[in-house]
Amino acid sequence: MKTAIIVFPGSNRDRDMFHALELITGARPQAVWHTETSLPDADLVIVPGGFSYGDYLRSGAIAARSPILKDLVRKADAGVNVLGVCNGFQILTEAGLLPGALMRNAGIKFVCKEVKLQTVNDGTRFSSSFTKDQVWRCPVAHHDGNYFAEADELKTIEDNGQVIFRYADGTNPNGSVNDIAGLTNKAGNVLGMMPHPENLVEELNGGTDGRLLFESLVSAAA
Amino acid sequence: MKARVIVTLKNGVLDPQGKAIEGALGGLGFDDVGSVRQGKVFDVELTGSDKAAAKAELEQMCEKLLANTVIENYSIEIE
Repeated sequence: MKTAIIVFPGSNRDRDMFHALELITGARPQAVWHTETSLPDADLVIVPGGFSYGDYLRSGAIAARSPILKDLVRKADAGVNVLGVCNGFQILTEAGLLPGALMRNAGIKFVCKEVKLQTVNDGTRFSSSFTKDQVWRCPVAHHDGNYFAEADELKTIEDNGQVIFRYADGTNPNGSVNDIAGLTNKAGNVLGMMPHPENLVEELNGGTDGRLLFESLVSAAA
Repeated sequence: MKARVIVTLKNGVLDPQGKAIEGALGGLGFDDVGSVRQGKVFDVELTGSDKAAAKAELEQMCEKLLANTVIENYSIEIE
């Protein structure tokens, strides 16, 4: 599986993502600087976590207007798989690739801890290695992770089965509506999620629950 | 030409920062504070002199960057 990672000024989980992808796919992802105007040929493009542009204006707002995003939108529309994690999720909503918005955590504080996620839709290219309703551990680290969509939009998202991961067992850390932790676009090829699966891929780090997401994508690309 | 853009959260959108400020004002003894909503102000200086054109351009700026219209409203004042 060929992968690429977009790097912005202020990205800081990009290296974790390089490591996780190299470990799982056996190939080094291509790094793409945000000022570039075209993405390399890849099965999966990742928008990593961090604090692009220092979260100025709104988290992800400036990065979503950077030159490389035009090609990301083109590639996403053409069906290329796109994964945005944390700040990457914020950037994808700001760019209009995913519905809704990510707001300040309901508890105001930055949260850095482990939560439980439930895979509520295992029929997607991002989740096929999970079993339906599987509950797994995943770290979160964010200040603006409170997912919001207006009632009509939310209904559409739910009716389409676009919600893939929900916070489980009362671990919703940010007030996200319907406990939404990760969702796809309508076509199903763009996933955004606040938790960091790339940070739980080695026993040395306390577990490998996050691997299943990447293994799903590897299966889909095979 | 000077313009001011005000961006506020839509009604019904949770504003935890506004809530915290509201609580702090209460703590300072301002007992008559019903609620507080936090917003943003942008002072933009434009080189043109056509007010109608400026307003149209500022609307584009709001739609494309200054506001996230999923959660925010905006208003424009031109001097």
